[in-house]
Amino acid sequence: MIQYFSMLLIAIGIYGLLSQRNLVKLVISLNIAEIGVNLFIVSIGYIEDGLVPIISSVNRTSSLVFVDPLPQALVLTSIVIGVGVTALALALIITIGKTKGSIDLTELGSSGGDDE
Amino acid sequence: MRRLIAAIISLLFFLMLITVLNTETEDKAGIPAYGDADLSSRVSERFVTKSVNGYDGEIVYGVTSDAETGSANLVTSIVVNYRSFDTLGEVTVLFISATGVGLLLGGGKKRIVEEIKVSPVARLASRIVTPLLLTLGIYVFIHGHLTPGGGFPGGAIIAAAFLLMMLTDEKRRAPSKLKILEGYMGLTYVLLGVAGLLISGSFLQNFLPSGTIGELLSGGLVPVVYSVIGLKVGAELSGILDDLACEGSDES
Repeated sequence: MIQYFSMLLIAIGIYGLLSQRNLVKLVISLNIAEIGVNLFIVSIGYIEDGLVPIISSVNRTSSLVFVDPLPQALVLTSIVIGVGVTALALALIITIGKTKGSIDLTELGSSGGDDE
Repeated sequence: MRRLIAAIISLLFFLMLITVLNTETEDKAGIPAYGDADLSSRVSERFVTKSVNGYDGEIVYGVTSDAETGSANLVTSIVVNYRSFDTLGEVTVLFISATGVGLLLGGGKKRIVEEIKVSPVARLASRIVTPLLLTLGIYVFIHGHLTPGGGFPGGAIIAAAFLLMMLTDEKRRAPSKLKILEGYMGLTYVLLGVAGLLISGSFLQNFLPSGTIGELLSGGLVPVVYSVIGLKVGAELSGILDDLACEGSDES
């Protein structure tokens, strides 16, 4: 079920990327799609009744059934890179908004002059 | 019209992505059904039993010592031990994006003046909460190999403490020493990798004794590297926040 939900999030993100014209909204759509991808990657490592992949004083040995730790490690990487991309995109949007006076794609396209 | 076409395209994408699910069968690899993942057919099993190099004993909390990696948190053992090179790349990506934000928005000497006045109660409360948040962040990245957490969440908590300071004090800026700390921490990570190359023969390989699983001083390089990453990420995210709060305010 959660896998269908994450696919739905990816689809919502794609819809936002295609339909919105505001640059900030595009970044938000990108983030929604990214959350969907992250959820999906974590979900393929889930095992029914699996434990948190931490050996602790409660779950003492490595022979217990743990969920797959590898997708979680990869999603950690993905989240951090998502933060970097979002920060850089927002900085670009601030610069565009200052120099062009607008962050709307239609207005940016018409004022550029190169468009037909 | 545009929205309709976008909705149709995203619906097609959704249907296409749905077809990928539940495709694993006996003779064909694919995405397993939710909850049916089989660790024994994946490389992760070796990460769980810490047997990538062939060690085949059971890992027991508080008993096993000198295992392949001494980290009790299996995710951490992957992030900063088995796939540490990956993490070096990840830290580099974060560094480049922080530099990019600084290049695009930098040059602001003063904070942007906000109209909203902060109440004295909030200001005083933030002064009490900030040191606690900083302590929590440091705790999270020092214990990254034992409990959930690690360098990246710890750094994010430190940056949150800095954000709290910035929200309640209009004149607060990031100390310029943070950039120096960030650079030196990145350099330390690379130097630790080179030390592993010289001592153990492989870049970023663990060369410290890995200790008993579950103790604070265990895991060899893992707590060292995670402390380095925690300080670096904290400094970097604080720098991004500072850049965003001061963007070009001396022009107007």
